[in-house]
Amino acid sequence: MRSEAAGGRAAGSGGAALGRPPVLSVEDVGVVLGGRLIVEGVRFGLAPGEVTGLIGPNGAGKTTVLRVVLGLVRPTSGLVRREGAARRPGGLAYVPQQHLVDAELPLRARDLVGLGLDGHRLGIPLPTRRRRELVDEALERVGAAGFADDRIGRLSGGQQQRVLLAHALVARPAVVVLDEPLANLDVRSEQEVAELLGRVAAEHEVAVLVSAHDVNPLLPVMSRVVYLAEGRAVWGTTEEVVRSEVLTRLYRHHVDVLRVHGRILVVPAGPATRVDVPDPDRPPGSDGGVEQVR
Amino acid sequence: MFASFMAGTWIAGSAVAVVAGVVGYFVVLRGETFAAHALPQGAFAGAAGAAVLGLSPVLGAGAFSLLGAVVIALLGRRGRHDVAAALALVLLLASGALFLGLSTSYAPEVFSLLFGQLLGVGLGDTPAIVAVSLACVLLAGALFRPLLAWSALGDASVVRGRRSAAVEAAFLVLLTLATTAAVPVVGAFLMFSLVSAPAAAVRLLARSPLVGVAGSVAVALGIVWASVALGYLTSWPIGFFVGAGGALSYGVARLVARVRS
Ligand SMILES: Nc1ncnc2c1ncn2[C@@H]1O[C@H](COP(=O)(O)OP(=O)(O)OP(=O)(O)O)[C@@H](O)[C@H]1O
Ligand SMILES: [Mg+2]
Repeated sequence: MRSEAAGGRAAGSGGAALGRPPVLSVEDVGVVLGGRLIVEGVRFGLAPGEVTGLIGPNGAGKTTVLRVVLGLVRPTSGLVRREGAARRPGGLAYVPQQHLVDAELPLRARDLVGLGLDGHRLGIPLPTRRRRELVDEALERVGAAGFADDRIGRLSGGQQQRVLLAHALVARPAVVVLDEPLANLDVRSEQEVAELLGRVAAEHEVAVLVSAHDVNPLLPVMSRVVYLAEGRAVWGTTEEVVRSEVLTRLYRHHVDVLRVHGRILVVPAGPATRVDVPDPDRPPGSDGGVEQVR
Repeated sequence: MFASFMAGTWIAGSAVAVVAGVVGYFVVLRGETFAAHALPQGAFAGAAGAAVLGLSPVLGAGAFSLLGAVVIALLGRRGRHDVAAALALVLLLASGALFLGLSTSYAPEVFSLLFGQLLGVGLGDTPAIVAVSLACVLLAGALFRPLLAWSALGDASVVRGRRSAAVEAAFLVLLTLATTAAVPVVGAFLMFSLVSAPAAAVRLLARSPLVGVAGSVAVALGIVWASVALGYLTSWPIGFFVGAGGALSYGVARLVARVRS
């Protein structure tokens, strides 16, 4: 059970599939948590200037893999190479999943972003002009300038998401890791934030790794996909990975991939089809069966 | 009330107020008011224990609040500190009661550790109190950004920066130091009021961290000064005024916050 690079061309060592040397690479990583194997044989690389999507259903292990990438969880096997990222002063940055700050937190959005700049240093945050400029610029870039001086806990989930993104970007990191940043957003903000991630990656040579349960919002900006399911992963370009044969092999049961109007529908033919098959042990009409019209 | 025999009271009271204001800002920010409640009880138990052994109460207070801090840190390693702090509190209060029972001769001295003896502070006691207070303020200044970042952002701040366990330990050391400085002066029960009330009041109003700390110190100073003055004039216990002042400042802040929004 190891991660299969999708398609013949992308197969083999991870770096070969990237046009440029990776700033971070995950090599054959396996994680056991609480005695349970969560993922195994995960391998992928992150290149500067690219958005990589980490896609998988709930519980697939997306958050776990991201935390391994960041060094917050130690892999049980394999290793993560961060030498490329460590060479840049900004290092790694993280926007956790659904991190809602305390509603009463006595900080403004700009204070929080400022902590992205120097929150790891000792001492008090002196309000210098340079600091203010960098913070303003980061807030501007994510479209959060309008609520820079509001208390962070009073902002909506989507607004907080933007501020946290500004916090991640302000120090010019080499790698930005975002866990489901689109989950709290309406369709328009979803689009905006996805575009923003693409722009940030391209303009600032950042490697962006972003998890999501749906590929579609990321399609316009995503260069590569790590598809996670059943504790395993496939890595490659969207075209290579999000295909019926590849996902069928990953899920170990038939998966249809439909491309409609520029969108991709991934339809597992597992439990969804079984609903229509009558269960011999169950009387007809009980839940899960075909609804009867009286 | 500004007679020379009161100089020690004013100096010690001010030093303790500054420390309580600064430390309180982080205690409230991190939602650790319970630890701030438990540690002074530890200090009380330690002072009582020291009295039994004929040692310095301040030494005992310091040792026991450190012990309490370590217990809280170990028990609460994963997740929040509430339950761990509650257990430590019960344990410490129980041993304090035991020590009190064992040392009847020192009971009055230990009793004052619970409720403070601000009026009894002489000029000779102030250098030690001021020195520990200064150490607290410097430590809080050094930890300012990591504490703020970790409290507000959790893991997102740990990625680039310091290990959360290190920040946590440093914070508890800070709380221990502050407790050791303050308990012999304002007493274990009032220490909590002075740490939590001004910071909680200011949290409702201040938006930026520097303003928050400054405001919290100002309110704590105001409470202590007013309490000393009122205590002197009425000869009611100062502790009463400190407790009432804390509650009053919080109430006023709530009112202002309500009117503002
Ligand atoms: N500390 C832990 N101990 C034991 N099991 C864990 C731990 N953390 C996560 N898991 C398990 O690992 C699996 C993957 O969890 P993870 O949070 O990585 O999934 P995810 O893909 O991020 O899901 P979601 O889309 O819901 O965020 C889950 O089954 C979860 O129960
Ligand atoms: Mg997750």
